[in-house]
Amino acid sequence: MALPARWKNKIVPSDPSEQIMELQMGPSHPASHGTIKFNLKLDGERIVDCDVEVGYLHRGFEKMCEQGTWTQCFPYTDRLNYASPCINNVGFALAVERLLGIDTTERCKYVRMIMSEVSRIVDHLTCLGMAASEVGATTVAFYMLEAREFLYDLIEAVTGARVTVTWCRVGGVTHDLPADFTDQMKASFVRLDQVLSDCDKLLSRNRVFMDRMAGVGQFSKDDAISHGLTGPLLRATGVAYDVRKAHPYLVYERMEFELPTGDRGDNYDRFNVRFQEMYQSRRIIEQALAALPEGPVTISDPKVVLPDKQKVYNSIEGLMNHFKLIMEGIHVPAGEVYQAVEGANGELGFYVVSDGSGRPYRVRVRPPCFLAMSALNKMLIGRMIADIITTFGMINMIGGECDR
Amino acid sequence: MLIEKLKARFGAQIVGAQSACGEETFTIDREGALDFFRALRDEPGFEFNFLTDVTAVDWPERKPRFDVVYHLNSLTLGHRIRVKIGVDGADPWVHSVFGVWRAADWLERECFDMFGIVFKGHPDLRRILMYDSFEGYPLRKDYHYNKRQPIVPEVDPVVNPLRPSR
Repeated sequence: MALPARWKNKIVPSDPSEQIMELQMGPSHPASHGTIKFNLKLDGERIVDCDVEVGYLHRGFEKMCEQGTWTQCFPYTDRLNYASPCINNVGFALAVERLLGIDTTERCKYVRMIMSEVSRIVDHLTCLGMAASEVGATTVAFYMLEAREFLYDLIEAVTGARVTVTWCRVGGVTHDLPADFTDQMKASFVRLDQVLSDCDKLLSRNRVFMDRMAGVGQFSKDDAISHGLTGPLLRATGVAYDVRKAHPYLVYERMEFELPTGDRGDNYDRFNVRFQEMYQSRRIIEQALAALPEGPVTISDPKVVLPDKQKVYNSIEGLMNHFKLIMEGIHVPAGEVYQAVEGANGELGFYVVSDGSGRPYRVRVRPPCFLAMSALNKMLIGRMIADIITTFGMINMIGGECDR
Repeated sequence: MLIEKLKARFGAQIVGAQSACGEETFTIDREGALDFFRALRDEPGFEFNFLTDVTAVDWPERKPRFDVVYHLNSLTLGHRIRVKIGVDGADPWVHSVFGVWRAADWLERECFDMFGIVFKGHPDLRRILMYDSFEGYPLRKDYHYNKRQPIVPEVDPVVNPLRPSR
């Protein structure tokens, strides 16, 4: 069978008389957590070409954001990366606040940072647990899901919801941390440490696990930069790029933490980077809780933040203020801003454009998974079918964010 | 600072430059865009080795109608810029930057899918988030958000492939 020109330099079938088989893997495959389709061309079990098809979870996020007020976008951002919704909330809020030219309170910045880091741990637990279960380490998956559950409890104690938190607002957050948050956090950390040390023992030097991960899905430093990879995928290749360090937001520049990096850029390095990042997030949370300042968690600008219910019910000014903010939305001056935050999977950017009305003119999300998925094809060509599972697991594609 | 440096280097190429909210935006002409981007990537002092994002904004009442927006980042020097190219609504096209940064592959496909902007020189410009038989470009302002399109009839993908084989 004649090979199309674009494969010619990539791979030579072991036997030219052999047929290249086409196989469609997905969109709903038990070993891929996410709706995605791989259109494979196979030579035996070797992948000759892989066309990754995304878009099954497209909900028109960017279009829907243009239909409501700025505040009404927050529930949509939750649903981008449902494993770490707080980070998405914070990213969008920061973008709008920069466009408005306002600065939130000190406490708000700390609280947002703490919750972002809790979310990051949750996200990494989900990713690693699922990836482990897909290579057969179901025990690890359940340990990690258990840890995720008690961190979800913590998120619920703060925001009132486990996953769809809608917790940030322009100018602040809806709820402050509960009074006993520090104690709850400490208790959770004790349990988390146990889980992480168990999982470390079960996986990190596990022969089967290493054989499946090491040397698979390798990506060089230059390729990773050119393909726009960010987050753990980029750091696994040895590039210490993290938005929290390179373009600090909130109060990250005051925190001490390191960026775990790898050197080979394979799945095992990605696993290690994610694993070590959980300890670093823990460090940040501990420092932030120790330095947490007192004060309000929202600013008191009536043009941005809803008035107290007391004022709404008892004064005409309060009622009008409330009505205007709900019906017309916050008037954001015309302009544009690109605000990036470090999501669990990499650089999550919000590019927002305002025309001066109460509604967003354009909201664009720069999804880290989407770029990573575009590089998947290159990671897989020449590998085995079984390597799709581990590589895809380590990319941690979140459909909500990739397809928007 | 970056503004002066870029203006000194690319004087005629740059149509407009502004700085707002701590971000620098350049508007350039689409004809020489590729050389401009290559120089931004390779020349010392700029070193924009990382393409963060490619997207577009639709301004139906304005001429040119579309802004194609590139966000660039330098991992070595730690600065970002935004580059815009104004594109006419009747025949919206720009040169693809696929040859400069590989990240442009899917980003440009998405931009084509959502806005109908053609990236000349892209090796594989197809729809990516929407299905092939989808009509129109959903992120254009004249596409109503509530518009419904008929569900695609189910066909056997082997006998009758929805996607033309590459």
